[in-house]
Amino acid sequence: MGVLVAELLAGLANAAALFLVASGLSLIFGVTRIVNFAHGSFYMLGAFIGYSAMQVLPGAIGFWAATLVAAVAVGLIGVIVEFLVLRQVYKAPELFQLVATFGVILVIQDLALLVWGPEDLLGPRAPGLKGVVHILGEPVPSYDLALIGITPFVLLVLWYLISRTRVGILVRAATQDREMVGALGVNQAWLFTGVFFLGSLLAGLGGALQLPKGGADLLMDFNILASVFVVVVIGGMGSIPGAFIAAVLISVLNVFGVKFIPQSTLVLMFIVMAVVLLIRPYGLLGREEAPGEHGQVGDPEQPISPLQSTGKLVVAGILVVLALFPIFDSPFLLVLMTDVIIVSLFAVSLHFMLSLGGLVSFGHAAFFGGGAYAAALLVHYVDTPMSLALLMAPLLAGFLALIIGWFCIRLTGVYFAMLTLAFAQLVWSVVFQWGEVTGGDDGIVNIWPAAWASSTTVYYYLTLVIGVGGIILMRHVAHSPFGYSVRASRDSILRAEATGINTKRIQWVTIAFAGAMAGLAGGLFVFSKGSVFPTELEIAKSFDALIMVFLGGVKTLSGPIVGASSLTIVQDFLSRFEYWRLALGLLIILIVILAPEGLVGSARKLGNRIGLGRSEGPGT
Amino acid sequence: MLTVEDINSYYGKAHILHDLSLSVAKGDVLALLGRNGAGKTTTLKSIMQLLPPETGKVQLKEQDITGTPTHRVSKLGLGYVPEERRIFTDLTIEENLEVGRQPERSGVPYWTREILFDLFPNLAERRSNLGKALSGGEQQMLTIARTLMGNPEVLLLDEPSEGIAPVIVEQMVLTIQRIKDEGVTILLSEQNLHFAKLVANRAIIIEGGLKRFDGTMEELNADPDIREAYLSV
Ligand SMILES: Nc1ncnc2c1ncn2[C@@H]1O[C@H](COP(=O)(O)OP(=O)(O)OP(=O)(O)O)[C@@H](O)[C@H]1O
Ligand SMILES: [Mg+2]
Repeated sequence: MGVLVAELLAGLANAAALFLVASGLSLIFGVTRIVNFAHGSFYMLGAFIGYSAMQVLPGAIGFWAATLVAAVAVGLIGVIVEFLVLRQVYKAPELFQLVATFGVILVIQDLALLVWGPEDLLGPRAPGLKGVVHILGEPVPSYDLALIGITPFVLLVLWYLISRTRVGILVRAATQDREMVGALGVNQAWLFTGVFFLGSLLAGLGGALQLPKGGADLLMDFNILASVFVVVVIGGMGSIPGAFIAAVLISVLNVFGVKFIPQSTLVLMFIVMAVVLLIRPYGLLGREEAPGEHGQVGDPEQPISPLQSTGKLVVAGILVVLALFPIFDSPFLLVLMTDVIIVSLFAVSLHFMLSLGGLVSFGHAAFFGGGAYAAALLVHYVDTPMSLALLMAPLLAGFLALIIGWFCIRLTGVYFAMLTLAFAQLVWSVVFQWGEVTGGDDGIVNIWPAAWASSTTVYYYLTLVIGVGGIILMRHVAHSPFGYSVRASRDSILRAEATGINTKRIQWVTIAFAGAMAGLAGGLFVFSKGSVFPTELEIAKSFDALIMVFLGGVKTLSGPIVGASSLTIVQDFLSRFEYWRLALGLLIILIVILAPEGLVGSARKLGNRIGLGRSEGPGT
Repeated sequence: MLTVEDINSYYGKAHILHDLSLSVAKGDVLALLGRNGAGKTTTLKSIMQLLPPETGKVQLKEQDITGTPTHRVSKLGLGYVPEERRIFTDLTIEENLEVGRQPERSGVPYWTREILFDLFPNLAERRSNLGKALSGGEQQMLTIARTLMGNPEVLLLDEPSEGIAPVIVEQMVLTIQRIKDEGVTILLSEQNLHFAKLVANRAIIIEGGLKRFDGTMEELNADPDIREAYLSV
């Protein structure tokens, strides 16, 4: 009994940080409709700033003052980010906003590295709360009890603020109809900034408060992101009490998980989420999402037409150049180009479901990594020949996509995106924690190509043939009758249904097909690197793909290829510098703000403006 | 008080308003008449800068407000009551009024919650109810009351008689007269000529975004051809 109570209390204490970060995210989303992926970064900054402030401010009063200082400082940083970046993209499609906040993540990561260095910082213990209290004979840290007291207090303050003050009323009104609030004389810009301040402050407070329990390190931002999304999705986007209930639920479950089934703690939370969403698709206290105001990926593009003859010529030319690459006799170049092709295939597969199907997935890495692991496991355990493994990779990834898709197609918009992200994390955590089978963190190594393909040049040609084949296949499908019904389902569900298209089934198949193609890229990847690690399933990998699609431009099929190539090459170049994330993050933010059409779209626009004839057909 | 000079407004590439001009003098109730899709709502949105006109000018008390952000237009004294009412359904009646509240301004009729509850007794009874619990007529009352909380000098009313029960329509006539008597200048859009006659002293008729008539109510009454051509009587 005593043990159970102690575990329960530990769970409640852990819920504090999770609730604070999740409620901030929820609040910001409710009013601005922006899913702020940089919210984990604000949490991390709260910890770092809190740490520094605690070095300066002494004693118990100093500790709590430092916590508040950190919270307010992060709130102000949030305001700066809102002002400089998000203000420019409030009206932009969701994908643009996501990419912008991802740029912010990169910038903050490097700035934190610059200021606080690479070492993990050990959090100071809270003065006066260093000991334990015995409850039913079990020791419970005093600081845990303090956290358990603070969380409901914050909830109460937030509740008061939201339900009883004028600002709270305005926030709730704006959550429902921003334009009308503006027509009544309220300056939305300030309301948004205010909400961003409060939301970021909460994240910063969460980061500072967990210092005595977890310290500060540079991985905190991504580490908390998945749990926070799970909490927000379970609780319902925009609902603060929902965030509280879900944070407690997840945290308590987690400590009991650690106690009784230690191998599956990470998986557990995603299973709970899946169950909740099956019963209540919009979370415990959430409401059905209003139809998006500005779409998820931008205006419907011009119909993508099949390549015209000049276009075909250009493509053929590029292929000839690619085929001639080995004459440079530079293994470095060939390895880079192999990467480029694999990554292009991955990006095109995401583009297929995102642009054609309107299905914005934040978890595409699940299929890439899924295919990679499928191939690696087959080779590792049953000595499958490479060619068979390369066949099985897309099939198994496609199967995985069928399962994940079955859940996700019930939701739309932001909820769909969140759910795909959560499922990707589920796959990641299975691989990460099931060490006996997957090797866990150590990955699976020694997966080399068959003897006939073992030279860099041969494997390059193999990748070229399969990769280009996959891309051509996707183009082909995009122009098939199936491709047209995919687009019809995206543009108008009602109209598509009226013409007898089962839109949900179409979306399901779209996800499976895109997943299979990502899996094919994953298969090629394993044999090119000889190994696979859980990083291939991480959020950052999914984001990479989104950024590539975005960089190239959402509206053209060649966009993702251009985006993938440029990002891979730019990354390869930038990664020689110490602060390459900073540079890349700034670059991404600049592109979102200055060239939202992406590289291909902007180049085409520029071409049109200076009067160049359009030698290529639209959508090449 | 409010003048609109030769405005042209677009939704994307669709050209909706063509060189439209109108002016409302202090104390007037001007009815903006026209059939479905004539451009009445578009005119009000253009004045409110919810849809800033591409060319032309909107002036409030001699001040050019073209291109000014909507929230500032509202603060300068223009109150907007949208056709779809757009009340905040998850907020109570009192909270809805709070969203519209602005500080008192000298020389402008000042409305408080209590004054408005006197004017709309139905709302007073249900002040703690959520917006979504209200009937259509009550929602219409609430949206007007909410805008009045901002103490407008000019009130833009988009089809106040639309979709409400005949009994409530009568009440609406009285309400508008009362608001006018308080000294608020009113521009209201209407399809219902009968309703317009009861409240307005001047009228404008538009069709296809073009102005077809501009004059007093008496002049319009004396001109059956115009009425027949541009209004569905
Ligand atoms: N958001 C929009 N996008 C494109 N066209 C629009 C939009 N809103 C209205 N229109 C078009 O603009 C024209 C004028 O519409 P408006 O709503 O101003 O008419 P109205 O006189 O208010 O009609 P009603 O009596 O139905 O309210 C119509 O042809 C309508 O189809
Ligand atoms: Mg209208």
